[in-house]
Amino acid sequence: MSVARFWRKQQNRYNLIGTRCTTCGKYFYPPRGFCPDCRREGKIVDHQFKGTGKVVTYSIIRSSSGNFKLLTPYVLAIIELDEGTRLTSHLVCDIDQVYIGMPVRRVFRKLGEDGSSGAIFYGTKFVPA
Amino acid sequence: MREVAVIGVGCTKFGEKWETSFRNLFVEAGALALEDANLSGEQIDEIFVGNMSAGRFVEQEHIGALIADYAGLATDNIPATRVEAACASGGLSFRQAYTAVASGMSDIVVAAGVEKMTDVGTEVTTDVLAAAADREWEGIAGITFPGLYAMIATEYMHRYGLTREQLAQVAVKNHDNGAKNPNAQFRKPITLDTVISSTLVADPLRLFDCSPVTDGAAAVILAPLERAREFTDTPIKVLGAGQASSTIALHDRKDICTLDATVAAGNRAFQMARVERKDIGFVEVHDCFTIAEICAIEDLGFCKKGEAGKLTEEGQTAIGGKIPINPSGGLKACGHPVGATGVKQVYETVKQLRGDAKGRQIDTEIGMTHNVGGTGATVVCHIFGRV
Repeated sequence: MSVARFWRKQQNRYNLIGTRCTTCGKYFYPPRGFCPDCRREGKIVDHQFKGTGKVVTYSIIRSSSGNFKLLTPYVLAIIELDEGTRLTSHLVCDIDQVYIGMPVRRVFRKLGEDGSSGAIFYGTKFVPA
Repeated sequence: MREVAVIGVGCTKFGEKWETSFRNLFVEAGALALEDANLSGEQIDEIFVGNMSAGRFVEQEHIGALIADYAGLATDNIPATRVEAACASGGLSFRQAYTAVASGMSDIVVAAGVEKMTDVGTEVTTDVLAAAADREWEGIAGITFPGLYAMIATEYMHRYGLTREQLAQVAVKNHDNGAKNPNAQFRKPITLDTVISSTLVADPLRLFDCSPVTDGAAAVILAPLERAREFTDTPIKVLGAGQASSTIALHDRKDICTLDATVAAGNRAFQMARVERKDIGFVEVHDCFTIAEICAIEDLGFCKKGEAGKLTEEGQTAIGGKIPINPSGGLKACGHPVGATGVKQVYETVKQLRGDAKGRQIDTEIGMTHNVGGTGATVVCHIFGRV
């Protein structure tokens, strides 16, 4: 991922800042700039998420590519944040530790790098709470 | 709107075709379809080609022009358009061709699909296919395509009690069918044990739960129904067409275990065709992973949510069962050249309805196709019938 492409989402990824529609009250992480329910009537503002939630579903990835190749086997999960929105994340824990409904919290971690001389990307991952 | 029929079909053998280039795959399928329809090239008004990622697989864009040129149709300046919707590119190419003929804009139209996947290594393939998901918010989290469908399977097994054996039976049944399809990549029957003892790819999915990496192309030719008999004695009519979109990311679905775009596209096709589920003789569904076939059977309305595993276990989805699924062998055994799959499904359906599916023939008047892009962000369904 190019430096500019990562940089423009840096606040979102570093700090788990998403958005909220003040018309319907719905939360969005990953952030949306347009409310899919209210559409033109929606008003989107930034929102700082608490960073706690639970595992909706998961898989243990045994074969991957790029930055994730060296991490195999690792836990991939869909996480529902307490505010109600869902996201996909690498869950940093033992592969036999994860279960549906497991409480999790956010942590700041390295996400990957652009080769040995390129930029290093950081952002949010989750660990058991 | 005009009624539309398929008047010719062609398909390459699917597999790891080291000796065949991207462009030659297309030319081979196109020539077979033309021959089947007794057509010469200059009678064609327009071409659509489904292709997911020639840009990454063979570093070639501008696919419409390339295939028009190498099919010998650029000399007549025949228009050619590439259609992309990840693994639903082929189905969408067919839909575009269908609307072009139905609208009266064009008469004789080719709907093709092609993908050359084996010119890059497995790691690149994994990454290219991951682009069918949300790169910025799923890709960065370390998803793989087996991983996304595995997360559907985890939740589905937890909720409905689907067993490992029931899931494996999908692959066993599709390999049985593939063994009878001369175009299939895998023509060997397998056992439940083959699936259950294969390597884990993304828990709970194992290697034999996954469709393979495949080279291949398919092409079909459409014409107004009123002109169809100029070209063939066995035109196959398009009875219904449905397309639907859903969220690009799996995590944004209302229900992880339901592809709501399959529900919508299926309903739209049934509504247009004015036929019932019980009228359908077989369905070519998008079984990119075994769990995908389970979801498809339910989301298309052939049984209640949670029951497709049992239906499969009882043999009701095999040829001769209540609702045969994937007589071609499906993506699992026939192979999955991503841009070509949707058109291959039409090819198989036409072969079946003509009575030309030797060794795997189902006696029926009506068949259906179901083609999925990504984890269900695009779904295209068609229903076909004998005339």
